Amino acid sequence: MHFFTKLALRHARALLWWSSALTLVLLVIGLVWGLFFSPADYQQGEMVRILYIHAPAAWMGLFAYTVMAVASAASLMGKYPLADIVAKASSPVGALFTIICLVTGALWGKPMWGAYWVWDARLTSMLILLFLYLGHIALVNAFDDYGRGARAGAILALIGFINIPIIKFSVDWWNTLHQPASITRVALPAMAMEMLLPLLVMGLAFKAYYVTLLLVRIQSEMAAVQVRASRLTQNNWTQNNRRENGR
Amino acid sequence: MSLKKRRLGWLISSLVALGMAIGLLLLAARDTVTFFFSPSELAQLSIKQDRRLRVGGLVAAGSVQRTGTIIHFVITDRVQTVPVIFSGILPDLFREGQGVVAEGRLGTDGVLHASSVLAKHDETYTPRDVAESSLQKKWRGERAPGAAQTTATGGSAPAAITR
Repeated sequence: MHFFTKLALRHARALLWWSSALTLVLLVIGLVWGLFFSPADYQQGEMVRILYIHAPAAWMGLFAYTVMAVASAASLMGKYPLADIVAKASSPVGALFTIICLVTGALWGKPMWGAYWVWDARLTSMLILLFLYLGHIALVNAFDDYGRGARAGAILALIGFINIPIIKFSVDWWNTLHQPASITRVALPAMAMEMLLPLLVMGLAFKAYYVTLLLVRIQSEMAAVQVRASRLTQNNWTQNNRRENGR
Repeated sequence: MSLKKRRLGWLISSLVALGMAIGLLLLAARDTVTFFFSPSELAQLSIKQDRRLRVGGLVAAGSVQRTGTIIHFVITDRVQTVPVIFSGILPDLFREGQGVVAEGRLGTDGVLHASSVLAKHDETYTPRDVAESSLQKKWRGERAPGAAQTTATGGSAPAAITR
Protein backbone atom coordinates (compact mmCIF):
# COMPACT_ATOMS: atom_id res chain seq x y z
CA MET A 1 0.00 0.00 0.00
CA HIS A 2 2.69 2.44 1.08
CA PHE A 3 4.80 1.40 -1.87
CA PHE A 4 2.02 2.23 -4.33
CA THR A 5 1.28 5.46 -2.48
CA LYS A 6 4.88 6.57 -2.81
CA LEU A 7 5.01 5.46 -6.44
CA ALA A 8 1.81 7.34 -7.30
CA LEU A 9 2.96 10.48 -5.51
CA ARG A 10 6.31 10.48 -7.24
CA HIS A 11 4.68 10.22 -10.65
CA ALA A 12 1.57 12.27 -9.89
CA ARG A 13 2.46 14.98 -12.37
CA ALA A 14 3.10 12.55 -15.23
CA LEU A 15 -0.01 10.56 -14.32
CA LEU A 16 -2.10 13.72 -14.42
CA TRP A 17 -0.72 14.67 -17.81
CA TRP A 18 -1.44 11.24 -19.30
CA SER A 19 -4.94 10.98 -17.85
CA SER A 20 -5.84 14.48 -19.10
CA ALA A 21 -4.59 13.67 -22.58
CA LEU A 22 -6.44 10.33 -22.57
CA THR A 23 -9.64 12.04 -21.40
CA LEU A 24 -9.45 14.60 -24.19
CA VAL A 25 -8.75 12.06 -26.95
CA LEU A 26 -11.40 9.55 -25.82
CA LEU A 27 -14.00 12.25 -25.19
CA VAL A 28 -13.57 13.74 -28.68
CA ILE A 29 -13.71 10.31 -30.35
CA GLY A 30 -16.66 9.15 -28.27
CA LEU A 31 -18.70 12.34 -28.64
CA VAL A 32 -18.19 12.66 -32.41
CA TRP A 33 -18.90 8.96 -32.90
CA GLY A 34 -21.91 8.91 -30.61
CA LEU A 35 -23.47 12.19 -31.67
CA PHE A 36 -22.81 12.13 -35.41
CA PHE A 37 -21.81 8.71 -36.71
CA SER A 38 -23.86 6.24 -34.69
CA PRO A 39 -27.32 5.32 -35.99
CA ALA A 40 -30.63 6.57 -34.58
CA ASP A 41 -32.64 4.04 -32.60
CA TYR A 42 -35.71 2.38 -34.17
CA GLN A 43 -37.90 3.56 -31.30
CA GLN A 44 -36.11 6.44 -29.58
CA GLY A 45 -34.86 8.12 -32.76
CA GLU A 46 -32.18 10.75 -32.12
CA MET A 47 -32.95 10.81 -28.38
CA VAL A 48 -30.86 7.67 -28.00
CA ARG A 49 -27.74 9.86 -28.13
CA ILE A 50 -28.34 11.05 -24.56
CA LEU A 51 -27.34 7.52 -23.62
CA TYR A 52 -23.69 8.25 -24.50
CA ILE A 53 -23.54 10.79 -21.67
CA HIS A 54 -26.13 9.35 -19.30
CA ALA A 55 -24.89 5.79 -18.90
CA PRO A 56 -21.15 6.60 -18.47
CA ALA A 57 -22.07 9.28 -15.91
CA ALA A 58 -24.18 6.73 -14.02
CA TRP A 59 -21.35 4.18 -14.06
CA MET A 60 -18.88 6.74 -12.73
CA GLY A 61 -21.38 7.86 -10.09
CA LEU A 62 -21.33 4.32 -8.73
CA PHE A 63 -17.59 3.85 -9.30
CA ALA A 64 -16.58 7.03 -7.47
CA TYR A 65 -18.66 5.94 -4.47
CA THR A 66 -17.03 2.51 -4.51
CA VAL A 67 -13.58 4.13 -4.50
CA MET A 68 -14.72 6.34 -1.62
CA ALA A 69 -16.03 3.34 0.35
CA VAL A 70 -12.85 1.30 -0.16
CA ALA A 71 -10.70 4.26 0.89
CA SER A 72 -12.95 4.81 3.92
CA ALA A 73 -12.65 1.15 4.96
CA ALA A 74 -8.86 1.40 4.66
CA SER A 75 -8.88 4.60 6.70
CA LEU A 76 -10.98 3.06 9.49
CA MET A 77 -8.86 -0.08 9.61
CA GLY A 78 -5.51 1.55 9.97
CA LYS A 79 -3.45 4.59 9.31
CA TYR A 80 -3.13 4.89 5.57
CA PRO A 81 -2.19 8.54 5.09
CA LEU A 82 -3.68 8.79 1.61
CA ALA A 83 -6.99 6.99 2.32
CA ASP A 84 -8.77 9.95 3.93
CA ILE A 85 -7.54 12.24 1.18
CA VAL A 86 -8.75 9.89 -1.58
CA ALA A 87 -12.18 9.57 0.05
CA LYS A 88 -12.48 13.32 0.48
CA ALA A 89 -11.33 13.91 -3.10
CA SER A 90 -13.68 11.33 -4.62
CA SER A 91 -17.01 12.49 -3.23
CA PRO A 92 -17.47 15.84 -5.06
CA VAL A 93 -16.41 14.17 -8.31
CA GLY A 94 -18.93 11.39 -7.78
CA ALA A 95 -21.61 13.96 -6.93
CA LEU A 96 -20.88 15.72 -10.22
CA PHE A 97 -21.32 12.49 -12.22
CA THR A 98 -24.52 11.65 -10.33
CA ILE A 99 -25.96 15.09 -11.12
CA ILE A 100 -25.07 14.67 -14.82
CA CYS A 101 -26.77 11.26 -14.76
CA LEU A 102 -29.96 12.57 -13.10
CA VAL A 103 -30.26 15.63 -15.37
CA THR A 104 -29.66 13.78 -18.64
CA GLY A 105 -32.01 11.03 -17.46
CA ALA A 106 -34.78 13.57 -16.83
CA LEU A 107 -34.23 15.14 -20.26
CA TRP A 108 -34.54 11.71 -21.87
CA GLY A 109 -37.47 10.67 -19.69
CA LYS A 110 -39.82 13.46 -20.75
CA PRO A 111 -39.97 12.61 -24.48
CA MET A 112 -39.62 8.84 -24.03
CA TRP A 113 -41.63 7.97 -20.91
CA GLY A 114 -43.77 11.07 -20.77
CA ALA A 115 -42.38 12.24 -17.41
CA TYR A 116 -39.19 13.97 -16.23
CA TRP A 117 -39.21 12.08 -12.98
CA VAL A 118 -40.91 9.04 -11.49
CA TRP A 119 -40.36 7.55 -8.05
CA ASP A 120 -39.32 4.11 -9.19
CA ALA A 121 -36.62 2.12 -7.40
CA ARG A 122 -33.79 2.96 -9.82
CA LEU A 123 -34.39 6.71 -9.94
CA THR A 124 -35.02 7.00 -6.20
CA SER A 125 -31.92 5.03 -5.22
CA MET A 126 -29.84 7.18 -7.59
CA LEU A 127 -31.21 10.34 -5.93
CA ILE A 128 -30.29 8.86 -2.54
CA LEU A 129 -26.75 8.39 -3.89
CA LEU A 130 -26.58 12.11 -4.65
CA PHE A 131 -27.74 12.93 -1.10
CA LEU A 132 -25.12 10.53 0.31
CA TYR A 133 -22.43 12.38 -1.65
CA LEU A 134 -23.68 15.80 -0.51
CA GLY A 135 -23.96 14.52 3.08
CA HIS A 136 -20.40 13.18 2.92
CA ILE A 137 -19.03 16.49 1.61
CA ALA A 138 -20.84 18.41 4.36
CA LEU A 139 -19.89 15.99 7.14
CA VAL A 140 -16.19 15.82 6.27
CA ASN A 141 -15.96 19.61 6.38
CA ALA A 142 -18.17 20.03 9.47
CA PHE A 143 -15.41 19.47 12.04
CA ASP A 144 -12.59 21.79 13.01
CA ASP A 145 -10.44 18.74 13.57
CA TYR A 146 -9.53 17.22 10.20
CA GLY A 147 -9.19 13.67 11.56
CA ARG A 148 -12.61 13.63 13.21
CA GLY A 149 -14.30 14.88 10.04
CA ALA A 150 -12.55 12.22 7.98
CA ARG A 151 -13.59 9.52 10.46
CA ALA A 152 -17.26 10.56 10.50
CA GLY A 153 -17.23 10.76 6.70
CA ALA A 154 -15.71 7.28 6.44
CA ILE A 155 -18.48 5.80 8.59
CA LEU A 156 -21.15 7.54 6.49
CA ALA A 157 -19.49 6.35 3.27
CA LEU A 158 -19.49 2.74 4.47
CA ILE A 159 -23.11 2.82 5.65
CA GLY A 160 -24.16 4.37 2.34
CA PHE A 161 -22.32 1.69 0.39
CA ILE A 162 -25.38 -0.56 0.94
CA ASN A 163 -27.07 1.67 -1.65
CA ILE A 164 -24.68 0.68 -4.45
CA PRO A 165 -25.93 -2.91 -4.99
CA ILE A 166 -29.48 -1.60 -4.51
CA ILE A 167 -28.98 0.83 -7.42
CA LYS A 168 -27.37 -1.82 -9.59
CA PHE A 169 -29.98 -4.53 -9.04
CA SER A 170 -33.06 -2.32 -8.53
CA VAL A 171 -34.17 -2.97 -12.11
CA ASP A 172 -34.01 -6.73 -11.50
CA TRP A 173 -35.48 -6.90 -8.00
CA TRP A 174 -38.51 -4.70 -8.57
CA ASN A 175 -40.73 -3.59 -11.41
CA THR A 176 -39.26 -0.24 -12.44
CA LEU A 177 -39.99 2.18 -15.24
CA HIS A 178 -36.25 2.35 -15.91
CA GLN A 179 -35.15 -0.35 -18.31
CA PRO A 180 -32.90 -3.19 -17.14
CA ALA A 181 -29.19 -3.35 -17.99
CA SER A 182 -28.37 -3.76 -21.68
CA ILE A 183 -24.66 -4.44 -21.57
CA THR A 184 -24.29 -6.98 -18.78
CA ARG A 185 -27.19 -9.03 -20.08
CA VAL A 186 -26.10 -12.64 -20.42
CA ALA A 187 -28.46 -13.80 -23.17
CA LEU A 188 -28.62 -11.95 -26.47
CA PRO A 189 -26.75 -8.66 -26.92
CA ALA A 190 -29.35 -6.01 -26.25
CA MET A 191 -27.48 -3.27 -28.06
CA ALA A 192 -26.34 -3.07 -31.65
CA MET A 193 -22.54 -3.03 -32.07
CA GLU A 194 -22.51 0.41 -33.77
CA MET A 195 -24.11 1.86 -30.63
CA LEU A 196 -22.23 -0.27 -28.10
CA LEU A 197 -18.76 0.75 -29.29
CA PRO A 198 -19.19 4.55 -28.97
CA LEU A 199 -20.84 3.93 -25.58
CA LEU A 200 -17.80 1.95 -24.40
CA VAL A 201 -15.45 4.68 -25.69
CA MET A 202 -17.46 7.24 -23.74
CA GLY A 203 -17.34 4.94 -20.70
CA LEU A 204 -13.53 4.90 -20.88
CA ALA A 205 -13.45 8.67 -21.48
CA PHE A 206 -15.49 9.27 -18.31
CA LYS A 207 -13.24 6.91 -16.37
CA ALA A 208 -10.15 8.82 -17.52
CA TYR A 209 -11.94 12.08 -16.62
CA TYR A 210 -12.64 10.71 -13.16
CA VAL A 211 -8.98 9.76 -12.66
CA THR A 212 -7.93 13.23 -13.83
CA LEU A 213 -10.29 15.04 -11.46
CA LEU A 214 -9.33 12.70 -8.61
CA LEU A 215 -5.62 13.43 -9.13
CA VAL A 216 -6.20 17.19 -9.22
CA ARG A 217 -8.26 17.04 -6.05
CA ILE A 218 -5.77 14.78 -4.27
CA GLN A 219 -2.99 17.25 -5.07
CA SER A 220 -5.01 20.18 -3.79
CA GLU A 221 -6.02 18.24 -0.66
CA MET A 222 -2.37 17.44 0.03
CA ALA A 223 -1.45 21.08 -0.42
CA ALA A 224 -4.20 21.93 2.09
CA VAL A 225 -2.76 19.39 4.54
CA GLN A 226 0.66 21.01 4.20
CA VAL A 227 -0.79 24.47 4.74
CA ARG A 228 -2.58 23.24 7.87
CA ALA A 229 0.56 21.57 9.17
CA SER A 230 2.76 24.63 8.59
CA ARG A 231 0.17 26.90 10.18
CA LEU A 232 0.09 24.59 13.21
CA THR A 233 3.86 24.63 13.62
CA GLN A 234 3.96 28.37 13.10
CA ASN A 235 1.35 28.85 15.84
CA ASN A 236 3.30 26.59 18.16
CA TRP A 237 6.48 28.45 17.33
CA THR A 238 5.00 31.89 18.05
CA GLN A 239 3.39 30.59 21.26
CA ASN A 240 6.71 29.11 22.39
CA ASN A 241 8.44 32.37 21.51
CA ARG A 242 5.95 34.37 23.53
CA ARG A 243 6.40 32.06 26.50
CA GLU A 244 10.17 32.34 26.32
CA ASN A 245 9.96 36.10 26.04
CA GLY A 246 7.75 36.06 29.11
CA ARG A 247 4.81 37.87 27.50
CA MET B 1 -5.29 -11.06 16.84
CA SER B 2 -3.90 -7.88 15.41
CA LEU B 3 -5.69 -4.56 15.71
CA LYS B 4 -6.25 -4.33 11.97
CA LYS B 5 -7.83 -7.78 11.77
CA ARG B 6 -10.11 -7.04 14.70
CA ARG B 7 -11.18 -3.76 13.11
CA LEU B 8 -11.78 -5.55 9.80
CA GLY B 9 -13.96 -8.11 11.59
CA TRP B 10 -15.97 -5.34 13.23
CA LEU B 11 -16.34 -3.50 9.95
CA ILE B 12 -17.50 -6.53 7.98
CA SER B 13 -19.89 -7.82 10.65
CA SER B 14 -21.54 -4.43 11.14
CA LEU B 15 -21.90 -3.95 7.38
CA VAL B 16 -23.45 -7.43 7.02
CA ALA B 17 -25.88 -6.67 9.87
CA LEU B 18 -26.81 -3.34 8.30
CA GLY B 19 -27.24 -4.97 4.89
CA MET B 20 -29.55 -7.62 6.35
CA ALA B 21 -31.62 -4.99 8.17
CA ILE B 22 -32.08 -2.95 5.00
CA GLY B 23 -32.76 -6.10 3.00
CA LEU B 24 -35.57 -7.09 5.39
CA LEU B 25 -36.92 -3.54 5.30
CA LEU B 26 -37.08 -3.57 1.50
CA LEU B 27 -38.58 -7.07 1.50
CA ALA B 28 -41.35 -5.91 3.83
CA ALA B 29 -42.03 -2.84 1.69
CA ARG B 30 -41.76 -4.55 -1.71
CA ASP B 31 -45.36 -3.75 -2.66
CA THR B 32 -44.61 -0.05 -2.26
CA VAL B 33 -41.09 -0.16 -3.69
CA THR B 34 -42.33 -1.76 -6.89
CA PHE B 35 -43.31 0.86 -9.45
CA PHE B 36 -46.16 -1.09 -11.01
CA PHE B 37 -47.99 -4.41 -10.87
CA SER B 38 -48.30 -6.67 -13.87
CA PRO B 39 -51.87 -7.84 -14.62
CA SER B 40 -50.96 -11.27 -13.17
CA GLU B 41 -49.62 -9.72 -9.95
CA LEU B 42 -52.74 -7.58 -9.75
CA ALA B 43 -54.96 -10.65 -9.99
CA GLN B 44 -53.22 -12.18 -6.95
CA LEU B 45 -53.39 -9.04 -4.81
CA SER B 46 -56.44 -8.04 -2.84
CA ILE B 47 -56.53 -4.36 -3.74
CA LYS B 48 -58.85 -2.05 -1.84
CA GLN B 49 -61.21 -0.12 -4.07
CA ASP B 50 -60.17 3.45 -4.86
CA ARG B 51 -56.54 2.80 -4.06
CA ARG B 52 -54.28 4.51 -6.58
CA LEU B 53 -52.02 2.02 -8.30
CA ARG B 54 -49.99 1.49 -11.43
CA VAL B 55 -50.42 -1.38 -13.84
CA GLY B 56 -47.70 -2.18 -16.36
CA GLY B 57 -47.58 -4.45 -19.37
CA LEU B 58 -47.89 -4.43 -23.13
CA VAL B 59 -50.68 -2.67 -25.01
CA ALA B 60 -52.62 -5.60 -26.45
CA ALA B 61 -52.81 -5.67 -30.26
CA GLY B 62 -56.09 -4.41 -31.68
CA SER B 63 -57.29 -3.18 -28.28
CA VAL B 64 -56.82 0.58 -28.78
CA GLN B 65 -60.14 2.37 -29.39
CA ARG B 66 -60.48 6.14 -29.50
CA THR B 67 -63.83 7.81 -28.98
CA GLY B 68 -63.30 11.57 -28.99
CA THR B 69 -60.67 12.37 -26.38
CA ILE B 70 -61.26 9.14 -24.47
CA ILE B 71 -59.05 6.20 -25.24
CA HIS B 72 -59.67 2.56 -24.34
CA PHE B 73 -56.97 -0.07 -24.42
CA VAL B 74 -56.00 -3.31 -22.74
CA ILE B 75 -52.77 -3.97 -20.83
CA THR B 76 -51.60 -7.56 -21.05
CA ASP B 77 -48.69 -9.62 -19.76
CA ARG B 78 -49.74 -12.50 -22.03
CA VAL B 79 -51.37 -14.27 -19.07
CA GLN B 80 -53.83 -11.78 -17.59
CA THR B 81 -55.29 -8.58 -19.00
CA VAL B 82 -56.48 -5.28 -17.48
CA PRO B 83 -58.72 -2.92 -19.48
CA VAL B 84 -57.83 0.78 -19.19
CA ILE B 85 -59.76 4.01 -19.81
CA PHE B 86 -57.68 7.16 -20.26
CA SER B 87 -58.21 10.72 -21.36
CA GLY B 88 -55.15 12.89 -21.86
CA ILE B 89 -51.82 13.13 -23.62
CA LEU B 90 -50.19 9.83 -24.50
CA PRO B 91 -46.39 9.55 -24.78
CA ASP B 92 -44.96 9.35 -28.31
CA LEU B 93 -43.90 5.76 -27.83
CA PHE B 94 -47.48 4.64 -27.08
CA ARG B 95 -48.57 2.05 -29.61
CA GLU B 96 -49.88 -1.49 -29.74
CA GLY B 97 -47.28 -3.95 -28.49
CA GLN B 98 -45.42 -1.23 -26.55
CA GLY B 99 -44.70 -1.54 -22.84
CA VAL B 100 -46.71 1.02 -20.86
CA VAL B 101 -47.45 1.86 -17.23
CA ALA B 102 -50.89 3.29 -16.45
CA GLU B 103 -51.62 4.99 -13.11
CA GLY B 104 -55.12 5.35 -11.74
CA ARG B 105 -57.90 3.80 -9.69
CA LEU B 106 -59.38 0.36 -10.26
CA GLY B 107 -63.15 0.54 -10.69
CA THR B 108 -65.63 -2.07 -9.45
CA ASP B 109 -65.94 -3.27 -13.03
CA GLY B 110 -62.23 -4.13 -13.06
CA VAL B 111 -61.41 -1.26 -15.42
CA LEU B 112 -58.43 0.93 -14.56
CA HIS B 113 -59.43 4.61 -14.78
CA ALA B 114 -56.00 6.01 -15.56
CA SER B 115 -54.94 9.59 -14.90
CA SER B 116 -51.55 9.16 -16.54
CA VAL B 117 -49.97 6.76 -19.00
CA LEU B 118 -46.19 6.40 -19.27
CA ALA B 119 -44.31 4.50 -21.95
CA LYS B 120 -41.80 1.95 -20.72
CA HIS B 121 -38.75 1.62 -22.88
CA ASP B 122 -37.01 -1.74 -22.99
CA GLU B 123 -33.29 -2.44 -22.85
CA THR B 124 -32.82 -3.18 -26.55
CA TYR B 125 -31.11 -0.61 -28.75
CA THR B 126 -31.39 -1.22 -32.47
CA PRO B 127 -30.61 1.04 -35.44
CA ARG B 128 -33.68 1.92 -37.50
CA ASP B 129 -32.64 0.10 -40.65
CA VAL B 130 -31.87 -3.08 -38.72
CA ALA B 131 -35.13 -3.06 -36.82
CA GLU B 132 -37.12 -4.83 -39.53
CA SER B 133 -34.32 -7.12 -40.69
CA SER B 134 -33.69 -10.77 -40.01
CA LEU B 135 -32.22 -10.07 -36.56
CA GLN B 136 -35.53 -8.69 -35.39
CA LYS B 137 -37.40 -11.65 -36.84
CA LYS B 138 -35.11 -14.01 -34.99
CA TRP B 139 -35.88 -12.28 -31.69
CA ARG B 140 -39.56 -12.49 -32.44
CA GLY B 141 -39.30 -16.19 -33.09
CA GLU B 142 -37.72 -16.83 -29.71
CA ARG B 143 -40.58 -15.35 -27.71
CA ALA B 144 -43.23 -17.24 -25.83
CA PRO B 145 -46.17 -18.69 -27.76
CA GLY B 146 -48.75 -16.02 -28.45
CA ALA B 147 -46.06 -13.37 -28.69
CA ALA B 148 -46.79 -12.63 -32.32
CA GLN B 149 -50.32 -11.39 -31.66
CA THR B 150 -49.28 -8.97 -28.93
CA THR B 151 -46.37 -7.48 -30.83
CA ALA B 152 -48.00 -6.51 -34.08
CA THR B 153 -45.79 -3.44 -34.44
CA GLY B 154 -42.59 -5.41 -34.03
CA GLY B 155 -41.45 -3.71 -30.82
CA SER B 156 -39.60 -6.14 -28.62
CA ALA B 157 -41.12 -6.95 -25.27
CA PRO B 158 -39.73 -5.49 -22.05
CA ALA B 159 -37.99 -8.27 -20.18
CA ALA B 160 -39.34 -7.13 -16.82
CA ILE B 161 -42.89 -7.59 -17.93
CA THR B 162 -42.53 -10.95 -19.60
CA ARG B 163 -41.23 -12.57 -16.43
